[in-house]
Amino acid sequence: MHNFLFGIFPYIALGVGIMGSIARYDRDPFTWKTSSSQMLRRKQLMIGSILFHVGVLIIFFGHLIGLLTPIWIFDTMGISHGAKQLLAVVAGGIAGVMALVGGGMLFHRRWTDPRIRKTSSFWDITILGMLLAQLVLGLGTIFVSLGHLDGHEMVKFMSWAQGIFTFDGAAASYIADVSLVFKLHLFLGLTIILVFPFTRLVHMLSAPVRYLWRPGYQVVRSRRQKPVNPAE
Amino acid sequence: MKVRAQIGMVLNLDKCIGCHTCSVTCKNVWTSRDGVEYAWFNNVESKPGTGYPTDWENQARWNGGWERTKAGKLQPKQGSKWRILANIFANPDLPEIDDYYEPFDFDYDHLKSAPEMEAFPTARPRSKITGERMEKIEKGPNWEEILGGEFSKRGEDYNFEGVQKQIYGEYENTFMMYLPRLCEHCLNPACAASCPSGAIYKREEDGIVLIDQEKCRGWRMCVSGCPYKKVYYNWSTGKSEKCTLCYPRIESGNPTVCSETCVGRIRYLGVMLYDADKIEEAANAEATTDLYDAQLGVFLDPNDPEVIAAAERDGVPQDWIKAAKESPIWKMAMEWKVAFPLHPEYRTLPMVWYIPPLSPIQNAAEAGAIGTDGAMPDVKNLRIPVKYLANMLTAGDEAPVVTALERMLGMRAYMRSKTIEGVTDEGLAERVGLTGRTIEDMYKIMALADYEDRFVIPTTHREQVEDAYDLRGGCGFTDTNGCSGGTSKASLFGGAKKALKMPSEVM
Repeated sequence: MHNFLFGIFPYIALGVGIMGSIARYDRDPFTWKTSSSQMLRRKQLMIGSILFHVGVLIIFFGHLIGLLTPIWIFDTMGISHGAKQLLAVVAGGIAGVMALVGGGMLFHRRWTDPRIRKTSSFWDITILGMLLAQLVLGLGTIFVSLGHLDGHEMVKFMSWAQGIFTFDGAAASYIADVSLVFKLHLFLGLTIILVFPFTRLVHMLSAPVRYLWRPGYQVVRSRRQKPVNPAE
Repeated sequence: MKVRAQIGMVLNLDKCIGCHTCSVTCKNVWTSRDGVEYAWFNNVESKPGTGYPTDWENQARWNGGWERTKAGKLQPKQGSKWRILANIFANPDLPEIDDYYEPFDFDYDHLKSAPEMEAFPTARPRSKITGERMEKIEKGPNWEEILGGEFSKRGEDYNFEGVQKQIYGEYENTFMMYLPRLCEHCLNPACAASCPSGAIYKREEDGIVLIDQEKCRGWRMCVSGCPYKKVYYNWSTGKSEKCTLCYPRIESGNPTVCSETCVGRIRYLGVMLYDADKIEEAANAEATTDLYDAQLGVFLDPNDPEVIAAAERDGVPQDWIKAAKESPIWKMAMEWKVAFPLHPEYRTLPMVWYIPPLSPIQNAAEAGAIGTDGAMPDVKNLRIPVKYLANMLTAGDEAPVVTALERMLGMRAYMRSKTIEGVTDEGLAERVGLTGRTIEDMYKIMALADYEDRFVIPTTHREQVEDAYDLRGGCGFTDTNGCSGGTSKASLFGGAKKALKMPSEVM
């Protein structure tokens, strides 16, 4: 069971997450959107949304870099495992609280405001609930981590995550003996990746960074397949 | 010089009777769907009033349109690209639906299904968003109809800037006009500039500004970017929508629905040639009062051989050049100078222009004192203050508005003299800087306003850009994803994908 959940399920989750997103982007671009509800109710969103998004972004990139950077890079940079873990606990803790407070506000608004509640889909509410649960679990792991600040537990997760991406058949065994709260956190995280393409979360893949270097301000489109004056 | 063509519109406010036929026909065609019940691509406002959404003209509050920075750079008023992206999680300038109005319907069914009761059954309102009972409707799409509401509220109207407005709250001095509004299809659209996804674009061939529904991600920056508040967020689909200038009709040479159904025949559609290279410079004119003239400078004379040669080089079809020569827009905006852009100070270079309305002379005594017998009254005595119109149409510069009003009064006096007294008074025409011949042309187009004179719309040349054979079995015009054609070039499931010709970006 453990091997299925942490050795095979990650591939199912990633497979569905990636293929599902591609299929949705290709087949149903009209549904690819943020589903913002700011226009229906501004209250609670202004602070809630900023806290939530900033917190989640810090956590997301923290996990991405923290888990997938090979350990030898930290070793050559002279960063001890303990120091790295301490950084993760402090930065992740602050960002986690931000996201939890913001997400809590958003959830309260979505659940209690009739305008938002009536216009929410099943997944709008469910995914927000899942993210909040994941934040609670993630913050819960901090208390376990405080018991072993030397970072050796953390290295297990790095080995596991990198093992998954390098098709290491023994990846699941690296985290066989970690605390239950970590396992729950990992399982829920993988489940979020699994359902990702079916939710509004896909909007993060369209983060409009290209806007910053889009030339000029105006967008003009032509039906012509070739410019009229190729010389210009 | 880079010549492009644009379908422009002029609305002759002097003839608008405020019947709202344009709004209703537009609504029936375009926005009678979930999520846009509150949206009116075309609406008619009673002025003075704060409009729809409330106080939309006040950019100190909404930060729509463009601004010229201290360094002389042109950027959206809501901020540079960095600033816009920084506000993406929560847009501080976005109106709430209550700034428009909460859409509602009535329990009509109750009228026939109610059991026998002591009181007469009534149809009470219900919210179209939540479906819940609304005890009191606080606002509607046209809440200030015919000066509805107290002057203290309507007097918040932004166009009263610099006008001693108190006296216009008095019954004897009150004045009123209608302002039908739709998307301006600007030469320098602030909505397109604000769109982080690049989903809003201006069409090269006819200047219509559209939102690519499949590329829109709902970042909602266009809604706050547009100073006219003519981009609407569909709360059901999560995408922005706006007036399309009825492009399927325009493409086939027909006027837009609002124009076609206009009872007062106040709307005109025609081609304007413009120089795309001059847009930024014009929109960045130093003083806001220079913007009207700067925009006139962007338009190109379709009778100038150099312009014609350049237009041909830049791919403007022959029939479009011909239409530009006969364009009623060109005549009213450029030759007679009676039409003006709405709020040029927003720096978007709007392309829906307005002929200011004449109004009754302030009071009978003054009218007698002036003597209107054949001669013209002073436009300063008109009931609608010139400053008010100037704030709306020329960023506060009264001179061009005065000239236009004088020309319209001159046209009336000249034609009255000609048809009633049988005297052609060339002197009258000269007094307003025109000739009798021009005035008769004005009379034909502005007063008689035949269908063919109002709408000079060349058809689009799709045959040059797409193969109709590819479109066989297509979905036609759908609310996107109608048969989920998919527009990406790559094919996920093997086999060649039928190419759907989407317009591609050009600079």
